[in-house]
Amino acid sequence: MTVGAHLVDGVRRFRDSDVYYSFKRSPVTMVAAVVTAIFLISALFAPWLAPHQPFDPATVELLDAFTPPVWEAGGDPRFLLGTDDQGRDMLSTIMYGARISLGVGFAAVAFAMVIGVSLGLVSGYLGGAIDAVIMRVADIQLSFPAILIALLIDGVARSLLPRDMHGEVAIYVLVFAIGISGWVQYARTVRGSTMVEKNKEYVQAAHVMGIPPMLIMLRHVLPNVMGPVLVIGTIHLAVAIITEATLSFLGVGVPPTSPSLGTLIRVGNDFLFSGEWWITIFPGAALALLVLAVNLLGDWLRDALNPKLR
Amino acid sequence: MIAFIIRRFLQSVLVMLTVALIAFGLFRYVGDPINNMVGQDTSLQEREALREGLGLDDPFVVQFGRFVVNAVQGEFGISYRHRRPVEDLIAERLPATLELSIVAALIALLVGVPMGVYTGLHREGFLSRVFMTLSLIGVSLPTFLIGILLILLFGVVLRWLPTFGRGDVVDLGWWTTGLLTVSGAKALIMPSITLALFQMTLIMRLVRSEMLEVLRTDYIKFARARGLANRAINFGHALKNTLVPVITITGLQLGSIIAFAIITESVFQWPGMGLLFIQAINEVDIPVMSAYLCMIALFFVIINLIVDLLYYAVDPRLRIDSTVVGRHG
Repeated sequence: MTVGAHLVDGVRRFRDSDVYYSFKRSPVTMVAAVVTAIFLISALFAPWLAPHQPFDPATVELLDAFTPPVWEAGGDPRFLLGTDDQGRDMLSTIMYGARISLGVGFAAVAFAMVIGVSLGLVSGYLGGAIDAVIMRVADIQLSFPAILIALLIDGVARSLLPRDMHGEVAIYVLVFAIGISGWVQYARTVRGSTMVEKNKEYVQAAHVMGIPPMLIMLRHVLPNVMGPVLVIGTIHLAVAIITEATLSFLGVGVPPTSPSLGTLIRVGNDFLFSGEWWITIFPGAALALLVLAVNLLGDWLRDALNPKLR
Repeated sequence: MIAFIIRRFLQSVLVMLTVALIAFGLFRYVGDPINNMVGQDTSLQEREALREGLGLDDPFVVQFGRFVVNAVQGEFGISYRHRRPVEDLIAERLPATLELSIVAALIALLVGVPMGVYTGLHREGFLSRVFMTLSLIGVSLPTFLIGILLILLFGVVLRWLPTFGRGDVVDLGWWTTGLLTVSGAKALIMPSITLALFQMTLIMRLVRSEMLEVLRTDYIKFARARGLANRAINFGHALKNTLVPVITITGLQLGSIIAFAIITESVFQWPGMGLLFIQAINEVDIPVMSAYLCMIALFFVIINLIVDLLYYAVDPRLRIDSTVVGRHG
């Protein structure tokens, strides 16, 4: 078959699938998917879609600072959602902010997924002392809230690094901290399904054929335990975005030079009392909308892929 | 039983030692502790004398041992920024955080449980749908955003409530409380609601699902067949049986309330331990950081230990499982 035929075949299979059917039946999910898609597109293509370039000093006029949204008295049609204290267009900064928030969120989820899935595979397949140690650590970590662990790792990492490096590496530190704080869910789920798969005939056959355990885990077991991992990943994405925003709001996350949604809210918070509410409320609304949409998608995906609920 | 308690206890000690090791590592190896303690004009001889006096030339194990012994006695050194013993700083801030956390936990329980019972009993009711939708939004809104919205509404637009600080506090010698003055009580309203909201939705959903489960059981049907009043069935039979998991979860959540207090305290500039910790991170005030690290870990370890032991005492199945595993192992 040609690539085109493959594509057509894939589309047809997707259209006939249960997942698509349950998607079509749930208007809330469709709205959530559209909202998520809008966020993803505007984040990915922010440099081309944004009406202004808020981080290019040449295009930002300090005279435009504190312009209210268009519909308020004193609004300027150039700035739909108003401007911040430095005259940057709010809509554009939010688009760039969503870019950072989503970027950190996806990276942290990927990081947690890699750690969690590998440890879960090893733990479930090899068992024994390794399994006991990994699961003990997981138990202990689970007794602390994830956001606290992320905050502690972030705080410790920051104090280990020299002060002038904070701005450059802040995003990597965040991804690391949020990733580490979230691996347990993946590891536990993958360990459970690996223990089931391990005793199935195809794995036994591969074992008898003399394929090394490492290869069996990656080539044979892994593809069969990935289903639930994707569901956890979607729900974890919402958590990761909230965690990033919270840490940035607390001032230990992304620096104001390339702000995420959380940083924007932190910066805008200072102007809440002087009446410039839009500087903090619009990024806040964007964050809430994004998290709500991703949460709804995750909930739907969990139900749609769970055969027990059909 | 004894073996389980000992094993569980050893695990707790191990966790605490690990946290202490991290805290100590921070204290000892991030920057030079001596440089952080003395001023610019201290001579080299004086620095060496101080180093010798503090035992910073001793082997690692000896230093770590000394750190643990001091930590157990509640001594964590002098804050780099405040130039005061860390234990004094924490003792000063502890009442603010505990007061906030306890009031928040009470609000979460007193509002969450009735809401859960109501949504459990009237599954399809209009109010139930409203509660469930609100709880989904409540889960999606980050804590700090809820705080900002409350500040905007009640602090900036309506001007009813103070937006930062604790108001006037009464000093009881060993404890400072804001509950006894009008401004203190008013200052507590918004932070405690902000902190309570997430736990409230959690408790509501938990009570609801437990109620739905219990209402399906045979003894509830039998109670109805006996002709008991709805009120007696719902509250006397159903609610009573849902309370065990609710109490356990609330107990476990007490730790996370204190952790989430970090965020709430930042939003409302509440002078508690969480704010102290965030400022310490920003200013790389290592002694305060390591003290907070050890304290919060201790808090969580104790709560989890108590819950585990209670479970073990309450649930006989756990005992059977562990003996079976023991025989095979």
